[in-house]
Amino acid sequence: MAVFELPDWMALAPALILAGTALVLFLLDSIDPHSTNRSLLAGTAIVGSLASLAVAVWYTAAGVGATGIENHGVIDVMNGQFVVDQLALYFMIIIAVVTALVAVASYDYLRDHTYQAEYYSLVILAATGMSMMAASNSLVTIFIALELTSLPSYALVAILKDNRGSVEAGLKYFLIGALSSAIFVYGVSLVYGATGSLQLEAIAGALESSDQNVVEMGGLLGLGILMLIGGIAFKTASVPFHFWAPEAYEGAPAPISAFLSSASKAAGFVLAFRVFATAFPLEATTAVIGVDWTLAFGILAIVTMTVGNFAAATQENVKRMLAYSSIGHAGYVLIGLAALSADGGDAVMGAAMMHLLVYGFMNTGAFLFVGLAEYWGVGRTFEDYNGLSKQAPFACAAMAVFMFSLAGVPPFAGFASKYLLYTATIEAAADNTILLVLAAALVINSALSLYYYSRLVKALWIEEPILDRERLAQPTGLYAAIIAAAVLTVLILPAFSPIADAATEAATAIIV
Amino acid sequence: MMIEALIAVALLGALITFVAPNRIAGKLAFAISLVPAAISLWLFTAFDGSGNALLDGELAFESQLAWLEIGDYSISWFVGLDGISLPLVVLTTILCTLATVSSWTPIDERESQFYGLILFIEANLIGVFSALDFFVWFIFWEAVLIPMYLLIGIWGGPRRKYAAIKFFVYTNVASLVMFGSFIALVFGLGDSVTSFALPEIATAMVNGGPEGLFGLGGTALASVVFIGMFLGFAVKVPIVPFHTWLPDAHVEAPTPASILLAGVLLKMGTYALLRFNFTMFPDQVEAYAVPIAAIAVISVIYGAMLALAQTDLKRIVAYSSVSSMGYVILGLVAYTQFGIGGATFQMISHGLISGLMFMAVGVIYNATHTRMVTDMSGMADRMPIAVGILIAGAFGYMGLPLMSGFAAEYFIFFGSFGSELLAYSAVFTSLAMFGIVIVAGYLLFALQRTVFGPYRLETDYEVGRAPVHDVASMVVLLGLIIALGVAPDLIFDMITDAIDPIIGGER
Repeated sequence: MAVFELPDWMALAPALILAGTALVLFLLDSIDPHSTNRSLLAGTAIVGSLASLAVAVWYTAAGVGATGIENHGVIDVMNGQFVVDQLALYFMIIIAVVTALVAVASYDYLRDHTYQAEYYSLVILAATGMSMMAASNSLVTIFIALELTSLPSYALVAILKDNRGSVEAGLKYFLIGALSSAIFVYGVSLVYGATGSLQLEAIAGALESSDQNVVEMGGLLGLGILMLIGGIAFKTASVPFHFWAPEAYEGAPAPISAFLSSASKAAGFVLAFRVFATAFPLEATTAVIGVDWTLAFGILAIVTMTVGNFAAATQENVKRMLAYSSIGHAGYVLIGLAALSADGGDAVMGAAMMHLLVYGFMNTGAFLFVGLAEYWGVGRTFEDYNGLSKQAPFACAAMAVFMFSLAGVPPFAGFASKYLLYTATIEAAADNTILLVLAAALVINSALSLYYYSRLVKALWIEEPILDRERLAQPTGLYAAIIAAAVLTVLILPAFSPIADAATEAATAIIV
Repeated sequence: MMIEALIAVALLGALITFVAPNRIAGKLAFAISLVPAAISLWLFTAFDGSGNALLDGELAFESQLAWLEIGDYSISWFVGLDGISLPLVVLTTILCTLATVSSWTPIDERESQFYGLILFIEANLIGVFSALDFFVWFIFWEAVLIPMYLLIGIWGGPRRKYAAIKFFVYTNVASLVMFGSFIALVFGLGDSVTSFALPEIATAMVNGGPEGLFGLGGTALASVVFIGMFLGFAVKVPIVPFHTWLPDAHVEAPTPASILLAGVLLKMGTYALLRFNFTMFPDQVEAYAVPIAAIAVISVIYGAMLALAQTDLKRIVAYSSVSSMGYVILGLVAYTQFGIGGATFQMISHGLISGLMFMAVGVIYNATHTRMVTDMSGMADRMPIAVGILIAGAFGYMGLPLMSGFAAEYFIFFGSFGSELLAYSAVFTSLAMFGIVIVAGYLLFALQRTVFGPYRLETDYEVGRAPVHDVASMVVLLGLIIALGVAPDLIFDMITDAIDPIIGGER
């Protein structure tokens, strides 16, 4: 029993806090435009993201958005344009955690950088967009949130203005992003044309009503759905819209690569989960467009994980390897959508969400380690990383944890979440044999990935350094963020059960 | 909660050692590892379990905590000990303590990381032998690979990178095969199983077996799973022809890692075979007894022949493990009280003896910086005590009475000779016994060349008596070997108590 009732819009507080933090940062910047007071700026960003995290955790614990609890339950904001349910809060937590880690790590990475305040406010603005995306419940708000995420991201990728790689990456990212936005918004308009609605439940209602007008628009709707998938594939860096990812991640400052590959990807997935689970109920949609859309995600998943892993295996550059491997992981998560048509699909989707959370820690940590290496100026290839463990055993131990966890080797959390995904898929496969292929692809790709992940561990721990290095500095912020991510990657295991339950419940709630 | 305490002490100790300065890491790790050793010895004296852990036995130090739900299956933190696993846990803690001591001399760089990994391996090994939920067990099982990969890869010999990767790839691929097979089995069992707890699965297997899965009938599925799991564990044991990673890993690994690899890691394979294949699939064991026994005999003879052909002292000991593990398989497939009991006894005995042999070879190598039989002669003159222990260990390997090797091999041959389940059991046993002759041949051959005769070694190093701490740890092992040889009942009663439910009590 709450002591006082909060207004409904307060349900969006995790996102609103981030927006407020961005405004505070703007304010600080306007008071002292060329401030390089890193402690103040980074501190504000960290406090803001942690506050957002705290509120999201509090809401989850208090039962906001949980179905079937008195006085709480799913909260509609602005006539259903936004919705705060467990799914939204779950992803707001992932996004806030990654943002906090990135903000902590940026403290050292951005030393001597000119645009401190701009950087932090752009990061927080992008995080606001992602948080909004988690709660958006209408194609319009989704598009706005998507753009709110994308525009700061373009700028962030290119923020190292004097670095040609960074600028080029930003430009590529911007061009492809603009194209995919156009595709997405065209898809939105086609869906609107076919169903007459933008709000997700209303679209579902129109499809289920078997209104003659809607049924005649089947082709148009199919094209629209395909275009929506395209837009989502871009945001989640899935094949065939993945080409920007290695370029952008390589050129961007490493904390931004971490941010984009973890938080932005998670936001893309929550959008996919919500749009497809809510707006396009399987049977009704199949009746209208004649094709089961989960098939598209099944194909997308296999192609994405295979392309990502094989490309990662051939890289010489560590950051590109991580970029391609993150494409591979997008493929694993796509299984969650592909399994929706089967019995037990909610368990698969819950497992996919669980994997995204674990991935948030381990992948962010891995990119932050690359950031640490850039901070030291040790170079970019596997050879350059040789023997780093002699000078920095703790960071390298943490990196070994990330690598083995990403590869899915026990005892780390990456194993548990992949295992969850695998068994859930196998169980659902009793109903839909395509899933058996997906489960097999998951295992084979996972085994393959061990090759290139262990290659990095080998470079760090086993190889001798090719040149003598000076003593390496130990920047507090980067170290703190990396060690925190490693500790979380391990510590999530004992707490796996409640979190996995929460993920599965969140998935079940939007599917039904 | 005693098993949790064991694992937690080792894990925390690993963390503390990892951050400790190099200077004190060795002594610190030794001091920490005394705690699990003491706890495990206390567990040994306080042991009150009876029967088999998987077949309705009374577990000692059991604890079970619900952990997570995956679909229709629940996973729990489930650990406990029975007469099979307890001796292996004691073996693990003792060998880990001795391994830290024997690292003091050879390990001279990155000590804190080295000792941290040794303690990390110890925690996982204890977990492997005490976990009774497949998920938990598999986590420990796989987690052993990472520290061993690093131990070989960082502190190993000249070809360490090749050996480390070969070890990792071989055993990891095998684990995947095994993992896939087991999951198929659990799904094939249908509604009769609702968790990954091994006792529940074993009971379901004994009460009728799988229903079938994806178009495969129940019996066919059981056979496929049996073979898949057998192959998975065969690599770990290792059985010919999956043994090639072992000599590479052994030769390149630093001495303490070799001790753990031969002493405990190989037992993971045979322990798992006993727990999974030979406990859960009695029908398949009967059906495939002859080919398995053939593989076992080939491992014995071929491993011994390979050892005979080596000139590197460490390679000789490494190949002899292939041979000794062949005896274990033969004992298992005999499926009698003495066969399986003897196999379990041999796991412990071989852990002690091979640990002792690797230690002795390591001590000689530390002094002379060579392991080639051809380079050495008359070592007895310079290192009388260490060499005396080496000879004693070799006698143990050859199966001299009053040492544990004799008891183990006697039990196995006694059990397999009269096996009712294994056709041609007398033939297989006689062939395997021939292996003892070859073992005696290569060990005496090697000792003759290295130990006796006039001292002749061209080396720049001052070759003198072995350090006291190395001798002390070898003496501890030798004492245990003799104790088990004189009084096998110290553990054999406990083992047979846990074996009897597997073979139906009377066979």
